[in-house]
Amino acid sequence: MATIRDMIPEFELFQPQGLDDAVTLLERYGEDAWPLAGGLDSFDWFKDRVKRPRAVIDLGAIEALHGVRSTGDGLEIGALTPLSEVADNAEIRDKYGILAQAAGLVATPQIRNQGTLGGNLCQDTRCWYYRGGWPCYRAGGNICYADTPESMNREHCVFGASRCVAVNPSDTAPALLALDAEMVLQGPGGQRTVAAEDFFIGPAVDITRMTVLRPGELLAAIRLPASWAGASFYFEKVRDRQSWDFALVSVATTMKIEGGSVSDIRLVANSVAPYPMRLREAESQVRGSAVTEAVAQAAGDVAVVDAKPLHQNGFKVPLMRNLVRRALTEAAA
Amino acid sequence: MARTYHGTDYTPPDLIAKVTGKARYAEDWRAEGMIFAKCLLSPMPHCRVRSIDASEALAMDGVHAILTEEDLPEHGPMQETCVTNEPLFEGQAILAVAADSETLCADAIEKIKVDLEPLPFALDPLQSLREGGSNARTDGNSIVREVLEEGGRPQMLVKETKWSDDLFADADRLPMGDPHAEWTFGDLDAGFEAADVVYDVAMYHQNVTHHPLEPRSCMAYWQNGKVYVHPSVQSIPITAGSIAGSIGVAPTDIVLICEYCGGGFGSKIAGTVNIPVSVLLSKMTSRPVMHRITRYEENYMGRARPGFQAQIKVGFRKDGRLVALDLYVVQDNGPYGIQSDMGSAGTVASLSYQPENMRWRGVSVLTNTPPRSAQRAPGGSQVTTLIEPLLDRAAEELGIDRFEMRKINAPDSDSKFNANQGGLTCAYVREAIDKAKELVDWDNAKALSRKREGSKVTGVGVAVSSYTAGNFGFDGLMVMKPSGTLTIHSGVGNLGTHSYSDVSRTAAEVLDMPWENCEVIWGNTAKHLPWTCVQAGSMTTHSMTRAAHAAATQLKEKLQQIAAKDLGGSPSDYTIGGERVYHRSNRSRGMTYGKAADRAIALGGVFDGHEVAEDINPVTKASAAGRAGQGLMGAARDNYERAGSVYSFVIGYAAIELDTDTGDVQVIDYAAVTDCGTVMNPRSLAAQLHGGGVQGMGMALGQKWTFDPQWGVPFTHRFYSARPPSILDVPSVMKAGWVDEPDPHSPVGAKGIGEPPVGAGEAAVVCAIRDALGGHDFNRTPVQPDMILNVIEGRPDHYRPFTTHT
Repeated sequence: MATIRDMIPEFELFQPQGLDDAVTLLERYGEDAWPLAGGLDSFDWFKDRVKRPRAVIDLGAIEALHGVRSTGDGLEIGALTPLSEVADNAEIRDKYGILAQAAGLVATPQIRNQGTLGGNLCQDTRCWYYRGGWPCYRAGGNICYADTPESMNREHCVFGASRCVAVNPSDTAPALLALDAEMVLQGPGGQRTVAAEDFFIGPAVDITRMTVLRPGELLAAIRLPASWAGASFYFEKVRDRQSWDFALVSVATTMKIEGGSVSDIRLVANSVAPYPMRLREAESQVRGSAVTEAVAQAAGDVAVVDAKPLHQNGFKVPLMRNLVRRALTEAAA
Repeated sequence: MARTYHGTDYTPPDLIAKVTGKARYAEDWRAEGMIFAKCLLSPMPHCRVRSIDASEALAMDGVHAILTEEDLPEHGPMQETCVTNEPLFEGQAILAVAADSETLCADAIEKIKVDLEPLPFALDPLQSLREGGSNARTDGNSIVREVLEEGGRPQMLVKETKWSDDLFADADRLPMGDPHAEWTFGDLDAGFEAADVVYDVAMYHQNVTHHPLEPRSCMAYWQNGKVYVHPSVQSIPITAGSIAGSIGVAPTDIVLICEYCGGGFGSKIAGTVNIPVSVLLSKMTSRPVMHRITRYEENYMGRARPGFQAQIKVGFRKDGRLVALDLYVVQDNGPYGIQSDMGSAGTVASLSYQPENMRWRGVSVLTNTPPRSAQRAPGGSQVTTLIEPLLDRAAEELGIDRFEMRKINAPDSDSKFNANQGGLTCAYVREAIDKAKELVDWDNAKALSRKREGSKVTGVGVAVSSYTAGNFGFDGLMVMKPSGTLTIHSGVGNLGTHSYSDVSRTAAEVLDMPWENCEVIWGNTAKHLPWTCVQAGSMTTHSMTRAAHAAATQLKEKLQQIAAKDLGGSPSDYTIGGERVYHRSNRSRGMTYGKAADRAIALGGVFDGHEVAEDINPVTKASAAGRAGQGLMGAARDNYERAGSVYSFVIGYAAIELDTDTGDVQVIDYAAVTDCGTVMNPRSLAAQLHGGGVQGMGMALGQKWTFDPQWGVPFTHRFYSARPPSILDVPSVMKAGWVDEPDPHSPVGAKGIGEPPVGAGEAAVVCAIRDALGGHDFNRTPVQPDMILNVIEGRPDHYRPFTTHT
């Protein structure tokens, strides 16, 4: 609701050199602090004067948050690594091509140069009511403006609604769930790790957050396990516009095939729920079988069986079903 | 005439400034002591300001002034003002603040207490036409143009128009109450009687914001009683006159500087609504004031194309001839002045398809949505996109080739059109279609139709698009300097099309001048510009090549006269060439252009511009006076005869690939061929054909408005959410072609080309989608993956036929 837009209010800027300093600053300013990565999500909020932090902690100068390194068991990617670097990195392309592909489909080349992997994962939902500063559930109010018989909810969720019907917009998140990645979190109490699948949360858990990150806690790195390196992959993002657009639905799958049968599989869809959604039922349809058209079709059907579309987004159901089918056949091909 | 420069590529004089960043657009200007302005925008679609308390804001250090409606010059109730006490759409400016910085402006605005009274609002024209439906304005919901007294000029009037419930009984048909305007030619009933196939279809075309790349920022300051305005506008001399009333300044006291305009598409034709903010705040504060417009603000202060809710009934004979067309348009007018789109839709349909019998009806309904203005082919692009698929439907049913279908119904130079059945200067549509068929290799291209590979289906579409392309009666002004340089004063605005310079090449052509010795002066009214048409309606190239031709021809005659005076004989004994005027029988008996310029200064009077023709516009007279005595002047009005209206035509061809799993559409090939008369600048022409086509593809595939209907506010207010097409949404290589047949009613033969490419691109893509889906008609734009997938899946669509702002 228009008042003043496109004018960032003043804030105090901190540019710590070390991760501990950043965490200390976040702790010191508490709710008035805002961690800044590439700024693609943050500056939208600031420009619209909807979020008005007193202290902005720019993480860009923290060396430890940058770069791609080998670990004993796979790769570790610093959360501040630009998306373009993730998309272009030879080792990621070689072993975890699905992540390179997903990162390469984010927005535009300019945004991929500026935006970071961590930022793409931690970004807030793009529900236009919420982003516009409407006082909805997620913003602390007591209504969902996107879920009324007249709401404009073509791009909202078909799964996982709980008062809020927004979706997770990240392109890289489903790829990381499919790779069974691990998130390294740094907080005042030290470091902890969570599985990518557990990193994202829905409104039923906490309607004001998209991830398990606690106040004062940062996503420091993403670890890709060797177990899925070089598996069969498929990623697809369907969007209204071929550049600078979020997914209407995206799908990611990683698959291991032994003796013509699928020995293991992870299948994930995004932009269909408030969190990237692991499709376990569909995985079960495939695991242990050869991926025939019929199996893929059945998996697609199972994937959407509990979908509850809103009045404008029923198309997401066949779209997701078809993408699941296609992901399975293409990954197995 | 000779074609040394016409029809050849060249480097326009602004190129280096553009590629080096030296070109100054509105917000690049600076002036000593400059402060900034920012507006408070209305948070609701319709409200009234009860009170404004700015005391706390004005007490802040560095805050200089507040501008409210009370500070504006007198204005009428229908006039849209830069700030208002009754906002008629969410995002309309209520007040503006001037302060040392934009941050300070914003902080100050947040301290202003504004008490607003919410008022009923209307977003959907059809809902507003219902009994009990909200009105967009307190005095009514529709706008008409009526002549109130005999012999008087038509006045714009707000009216309340309500239609009875029974007209709305069938939700799948347009309710058609009494229209506000209508015309008919032929016998419509007899036409439908003679038709072998008849379609009667409910249609919807979306509203679309113009979104030029450069927002409408403006800087202004006052000096010695004159106001210097640096806006972003399409036209130059005419803008000074058109903004005078809104800032309360005589046009002669306005210096308007706009050498570069980053696009307008019709949204900045002769001014912008926000210009008075910087002008008036500058006057109040005695400081230069810069008012930068952001992309978000551009969505509101910029303009938009009106949407259509329409019913189209069309009848074809077995031979493909379109014998009857009945078009009813309910136009989404926005809150202010009546828009021409619905009328142009009738005109364009009657021209492009030459219906033997036709009725056009229209109602323009006011809504609380951002104001409308002409947008590149206003009305034309909408109606072309709505009707072209019906030609394909008929072609399919009657077994006629789709290009052949267009040729059967195409206009030619003898065709009549519109209510008054007026004529054209020329039309070479069939020739353009033949060129297009050749360019796209039609026999092979149509074999792509409905070809399936996996989930991908190919579709091909073609379209014919027409639009106005010229006017007449404007002035040219140029001075041959003693140095031998020809200074050509171009009043044409520079909005990226190169026409400001292209039309100047006509002068070089007439005078056989090397282009390197021509200097084009443009973009600043202090530099003495001639009376010039608006850069709109695609009229510049036709109108201003005529004017340049007239002035250059006059200058040439003066060269001959001076030669005869000095060297004996009569003027007709002399001719020109090699920058000299010389005797036809003895080339050495002559003088250089520079020498002739010297002589002109010595002779004075008509030669050096101290005397000018009576019939030129006062603006040109003043400019000529400013340059008098500096050389040999050509200053003339275009008095060339012309019979008929000037229209250009574009044939569009698109091939798309549609993914039946996802509803995704990729445009894989595009070609445009035009009949736009003599080609001036081939490279720029191709850019117009493709750029306009891409703009049309955007409307076909996704660019639109989305409003929350309960709250009356839009979400599509930035580039991301408004979704104009990106470079990845269009083919990387597109083809272009032209007939290059001169318009016989112009000494140059050129016609405009800005507008018809849009409808060609939009309609060709919509037709291609129709083709890929085996002939499914959506009858609404844009066509997006959700709609496509719902059709493939046999699911009901979530849009009703006339649902707006989705």
